Amino acid sequence: MEYAFLRFAHGETIDMLRATVRDFALKEIAPRAAEIDRANEFPADLWRKLGALGLLGITVEEEYGGTMMGYLAHIIAMEEISRASASVGLSYGAHSNLCVNQIRRNGGAAQKRKYLPKLVAGEHVGALAMSEPGAGSDVVGMRLRAERRGDRYILNGNKMWITNGPDAQVLVVYAKTDASAGPRGITALLVEKGMKGFSTAQKLDKLGMRGSNTCELVFRDCEVPAENVLGESGGGVNVLMSGLDYERAVLAGGPLGVMAACLDVVIPYVHERKQFGQPIGEFQLMQGKLADMYATFSACRAYVYAVGQGLDRGETTRKDAAGAILYSAEKATWMAGEAIQALGAMGYINDTPTGRLWRDAKLYEIGAGTSEIRRWLIGRELFSETS
Amino acid sequence: MKVLVSVKRVVDFNVKVRVKADGTGVETANVKMSMNPFDEIAIEEAVRLKEAGVATEILAVSCGPSACQETLRTALAIGADRAVLVESDAELQPLAVAKLMKAVCLKESPQLVIMGKQAIDDDSNQTGQMLAALLGWPQATFASKLKVANGRAEVTREVDGGLETVSVRLPAVVTTDLRLNEPRYVTLPNIMKAKKKSLEIVKPETLGVDVAPRLATLKVAEPSKRKAGVKLPDAKALVDKLRNEAKVI
Repeated sequence: MEYAFLRFAHGETIDMLRATVRDFALKEIAPRAAEIDRANEFPADLWRKLGALGLLGITVEEEYGGTMMGYLAHIIAMEEISRASASVGLSYGAHSNLCVNQIRRNGGAAQKRKYLPKLVAGEHVGALAMSEPGAGSDVVGMRLRAERRGDRYILNGNKMWITNGPDAQVLVVYAKTDASAGPRGITALLVEKGMKGFSTAQKLDKLGMRGSNTCELVFRDCEVPAENVLGESGGGVNVLMSGLDYERAVLAGGPLGVMAACLDVVIPYVHERKQFGQPIGEFQLMQGKLADMYATFSACRAYVYAVGQGLDRGETTRKDAAGAILYSAEKATWMAGEAIQALGAMGYINDTPTGRLWRDAKLYEIGAGTSEIRRWLIGRELFSETS
Repeated sequence: MKVLVSVKRVVDFNVKVRVKADGTGVETANVKMSMNPFDEIAIEEAVRLKEAGVATEILAVSCGPSACQETLRTALAIGADRAVLVESDAELQPLAVAKLMKAVCLKESPQLVIMGKQAIDDDSNQTGQMLAALLGWPQATFASKLKVANGRAEVTREVDGGLETVSVRLPAVVTTDLRLNEPRYVTLPNIMKAKKKSLEIVKPETLGVDVAPRLATLKVAEPSKRKAGVKLPDAKALVDKLRNEAKVI
């Protein structure tokens, strides 16, 4: 059922984009969401469909197959896909922002010509590899080594928690090219599935976001051509840190989608479920719950959209990219908990989607920087800006 | 061949429609609006005709307030080449719309007009028939299949007894049924292309059409709530109720 959300005056183009993504997601993704979660299988067939719709290259120039609609558009696509299935949304975000947008922002013309068209068409799945078993929040402490030998780099080490890792043909991988140079010793490299010495370990059995596959990447004397350096050699930390600002802003659409999905479940339920001879939606405690959910969701939307619009104006603020996802992620988990509560016992069984929404929502407090790291970063920025 | 398609902005099919407190109509303020689904089918059919090389140009026309531009933009994104909005904030009834469409047809000379068989807001199912009559053109309504060749349109219609096939000389008016096609998803590149397509705005006065309503709506009310049923002990009691209470036998 459609009900009136607060209208944000984003204009005709964004409204049309939302309508078409919603239409597609309702018909092609939502009916499969429960099964994707249950089977923990990546819906690979969706990728070409997302590509045909033009969703995989929203921030990419037309010459590489994209539409250059911008970051707000990307956030809204992320929201509507996640509203249908948060795990498809996560894989979508990892592909279209973490991988595609990083190549678009940092790649040379030859790299873009080589990699972007297939990623944007959905022929290839993309991923980005930052974390390691021993380097999560402390990302600069990464230990994957990339040693220059002639016209290639030899990679040795592991990456961990890599979204789309099992399915990706193209991966943006951060590695240390100079172990003694600290942050300045990090380089971003484009790695392809099938490159000698590159393999993926077992796919992980996660609490939520099931069907968005995650695994460890293993590099054993993996050979990557030197031309696959993304940006400058030793300049990886800039690629990484600036990328995180876009990543956090775009991924914040994920929690928004989960929150919308919570209302999609709860609103019809409070009409259908009757106790004491009346729909439970007539009880004031339930109305209070609805009000808190709606107002929180609308506030999260306003913040996330405003950050997206800022990015489209070329104004990136690190603390607001972090703030948008910090706030919306925690509220999404809270809201999924409220959705479970609103459904009572029905919310606690796996025949209804609320448990999945909670399990999926929780990821956004952990991935792309934990809530703790985001708080630290926002507070530190605020303090240093004013000292 | 030029094809003209009409599109109407209506309350989205997924919205729970509510009657206004004063009983003058249904609530449209702060309600999600979309293109009438039958009109989406009409646009889709026109685009398929163009892709098959039968149509050369698709003109989308809407009559209504300024916000209808959004609906026309969607039509352009599905594949219409250009759009005309006959802008009016007045209540437009089927006859007025048919007259406006006639004026546009006389100006544009399409060979084929494809319209939704009805709009899901008022369910009038009149505009296509009225337009054909005003123009003196043949009409083929409720199309579930459309073939255009040699200056004629062959239209399969779903009627009570089965399928009926009629052949009409062009120019003609065809109205769409639900099973004519399944509209495509609007792609993002086409949304961007639609921004560059021409959308012309004209006023009813410019077209020389008087749009004053001919019908007055007296009252709009919600359907009465269904009452709970009763259990009867036997068939005799049922027959008694049918005869004396419901008075149907």
